[in-house]
Amino acid sequence: MPEDNSTIKSKETAKLTAKDFSSDQDVRWCPGCGDYSILAQVQRVMPSFEIPKEKTVFVAGIGCSSRFPYYMNTYGFHGIHGRAPAIATGLKIARPDLDIWVAAGDGDLLSIGGNHFIHTLRRNLNIVIMLFNNRIYGLTKGQYSPTSEHGKITKSTPMGSVDHPFYPITVALGSAGTFIARTMDRDAKHMQEIISRAHAHHGTSFVEIFQNCNIYNDEAWFKYTEKETKPENVVYLQHGKPLVFGHNNSKGIKLNGFKAEVVSLEDGKYSVNDLLVHDETSRELAFILSEFMDKPGFPAPVGVFYNEEKTCYEDEVTEQIKTVTEKLGEGDLENLLFSGSTWTVE
Amino acid sequence: MEKTVQVLKSATIRFAGDSGDGMQLAGSRFTDTSAIFGNDLSTLPDFPAEIRAPAGTLFGVSGFQIQISSQDVYSPGDEPDVLVAMNPAALKVNLKDLKKGGTIIANADAFSDKNLQLAGYDHNPLENGDLKGYNLIPVPITKSTNHAVQELGLNAKEANRCKNFYALGLTYWLYDRPLDTTINWIEKQFASKPQIAKANKEALKAGYYFGETAEIFTTRYKVKRASLPKGIYRNISGNQATAMGILAASIKSGLPLFLGSYPITPASDILHELSAYKNFGIKTFQAEDEIAAICSAIGASFGGAIGFTSTSGPGLALKQEAIGLAVMVELPLVIADIQRGGPSTGLPTKTEQADLLQAVLGRNGECPVPVLAASTPADCFHTIFEAVRIAIKFMTPVIFLSDGFLANGAEPWKIPHASEIPTIDVKFRTDPVDFFPYLRDENLSRPWVKPGTPGLEHRIGGLEKQNITGNVNYEPANHEAMVKLRAQKVQNVANDIPLLEVEGPSEGELLICGWGSSYGPITTAMARLKEKGINVSRIHLKYINPFQKNLGDILKRFDKVLIPEMNLGQLAKLIKAEYVKNVISLTKVQGLPFKAREIEEKVLEILGGGNYA
Repeated sequence: MPEDNSTIKSKETAKLTAKDFSSDQDVRWCPGCGDYSILAQVQRVMPSFEIPKEKTVFVAGIGCSSRFPYYMNTYGFHGIHGRAPAIATGLKIARPDLDIWVAAGDGDLLSIGGNHFIHTLRRNLNIVIMLFNNRIYGLTKGQYSPTSEHGKITKSTPMGSVDHPFYPITVALGSAGTFIARTMDRDAKHMQEIISRAHAHHGTSFVEIFQNCNIYNDEAWFKYTEKETKPENVVYLQHGKPLVFGHNNSKGIKLNGFKAEVVSLEDGKYSVNDLLVHDETSRELAFILSEFMDKPGFPAPVGVFYNEEKTCYEDEVTEQIKTVTEKLGEGDLENLLFSGSTWTVE
Repeated sequence: MEKTVQVLKSATIRFAGDSGDGMQLAGSRFTDTSAIFGNDLSTLPDFPAEIRAPAGTLFGVSGFQIQISSQDVYSPGDEPDVLVAMNPAALKVNLKDLKKGGTIIANADAFSDKNLQLAGYDHNPLENGDLKGYNLIPVPITKSTNHAVQELGLNAKEANRCKNFYALGLTYWLYDRPLDTTINWIEKQFASKPQIAKANKEALKAGYYFGETAEIFTTRYKVKRASLPKGIYRNISGNQATAMGILAASIKSGLPLFLGSYPITPASDILHELSAYKNFGIKTFQAEDEIAAICSAIGASFGGAIGFTSTSGPGLALKQEAIGLAVMVELPLVIADIQRGGPSTGLPTKTEQADLLQAVLGRNGECPVPVLAASTPADCFHTIFEAVRIAIKFMTPVIFLSDGFLANGAEPWKIPHASEIPTIDVKFRTDPVDFFPYLRDENLSRPWVKPGTPGLEHRIGGLEKQNITGNVNYEPANHEAMVKLRAQKVQNVANDIPLLEVEGPSEGELLICGWGSSYGPITTAMARLKEKGINVSRIHLKYINPFQKNLGDILKRFDKVLIPEMNLGQLAKLIKAEYVKNVISLTKVQGLPFKAREIEEKVLEILGGGNYA
């Protein structure tokens, strides 16, 4: 069995605390930024994994969120724009024993790094990718991103963006991702739970995090994250449970053929028993759920959309090397140099 | 009929046909046979970018040239003595290169009206005296091949495909080569298809016997064994040597090798070769693009492996930002650029040396990188090994330059024993006491720390670093100091490499200064000049950045410096800038290597000599 996370756990590290994962560098995000919460939740759950700090690596590209590695007292690599998944891929293939995390923003991961994102997902390396989605370019001071809504007025689109957004969850599903989830910066408990589950998954885990940029796109997610509006606009996905939401759980999601519809549970027409029951193992269902965003009347699902066990790229690489080595014996340089057609000059 | 045997010092043969005619295969078999026979040799495959261009067209012609000799050979020969032309297009494209009075073996069956028309002939050149100045030998190769294999029950297409072996057999007879090497190869190669194996063998023999019995060949040629230094030899192409060289570096450094690569002509064979060496623990990763390829290699280097990425010019352009990252994070990394004709997609299957400036200078910011260039196919082994050594010792990305000519060309290589190859020292930092990620050693190299080492957790990245601590730092004086430190570190490589040696007189009127694959043609040109009593000097640069320390002194000792290169004078520019020395550029950008004659003529022109033929 190839080395995986379970073999790098150590008893001693169980004593670590969130503080142990905090580096000596001053955190330089804008006060009030959603990134603070993500950093705090990650640092809070890290000790529970019982993985030594030195076995943990955070990799990032460019953007506000990509400063994340500097603030984690682990090994870290702050790369170039969009390329974090590629750097993480090489590191994971070379070093399957390491616990590798990628922190990326929506511009970084979905625009300039879109190619690496989709291919990393389909290869299914055992890493966690956290998408800090704030629907805006923050570090370059406020241009629209691939997740910004159509018509968005920004510095680069004074008359409104004519780009249509896509949804990261849909992209991840289309890229054959094996663990796809969503959480929110202002729901600390849920984020801890989702990040822990993402980490436990053997394969590429993708977590979209609704993250507020209070400078360039303030309140972009407030409809989902604030106490007053959240119940009407968010549905929590739980495997095997019906999709219920709304104040006093007054609404639900029902499937009508391939189409989802929002139904009331108060008018006596439908009961909980009529509702769609979440199934994390259904990619088809996950696709339907991923399309709820910005759909009038529909809540944004948060939680685990999809979860599938599939072999990991680096495990198969290790396995192939093992198989070939068993068959041919360990490579010998002298034999290789003198292999093939040779002749002797006397 | 009596056949005379003429003994030659060397001979140059070119096989030419449709890209589907198997000319590369015929050429490489002739190469193996000649090498094992004991000739020295040099080859030049020349094929179109299209995999199977429409049959019979001029742009679909694929060629393979080989020079065999009983003496040292450094180039694939200027003009072929024999041209094997499998169709009219092959004749038309290659005739201009053939030596005056040279031999043409033409597949007469392929000179149909349709093929003649496709090649732009309004008549049949085999019949109307066009080729009067040549020794024209029309042979019904297609019909004879079909005849030879007719008993074997192949379909028409399969039977037809054996005709390259017929042509090869005929050429073996002409140059008195044994058939057994090729027969063994066929048996191995087509082990799972015994019918095809049999057919190819029959075609090969039929071609050979045709030479023996037909009344049209009056002369056979013998090219005797070369007196090479004692040892065990193999044929090796540049890409094979590159793959083996970096593998040797992995073994000799004790570091795992990681190749991140994206397929690109003419570099892909390096990926193919290394992918086959899994029992050496090598990990190869075919990335989604050139950028992912290099970034994955950087990730692997961070993890303590030899990060390696192989590409060609367009890929190098895409990788430049990531090379800058590797310069900033100061991790060892080797980038192999197998140059091809550019700009843009350019001439994917042809050779050029026009990536030199993008290798030395092609990044944002002050971003120095050591650059090394291989001079012959076998030299790729030693040069990439040296690139790894420098990358590790100086904690820096290193660019290794080869080109299409070296990559696909082959030469006999006296194989070194594994025990003769030096070890590469590697030090990983494990001591947490007084550890700083950018605290430098005497070479100005920072420590290499593998993730997983307790107590040494640290962060690196593309933002400017504070000297010593490695923390992000934007202070003006620190930035300037770091820029200078990185530049000095690369300059320090010059203290760690051998001095240049001048071949020929150590001072005088003319010095030829070459780099990369022009080594062969320059060597041949010098030998020819010597025969004429002209003794010029030369140096050949393996290290382009930094230059070797005595280069400036050597240049001063000569009145004139000639720099032949397959670009518009890129090394000349660097040398002029560095040494304020006026140089003479001999440039060629035709997608083809220099001919020795071109260099020879330029030297004679410079020296005021006559117009030698």
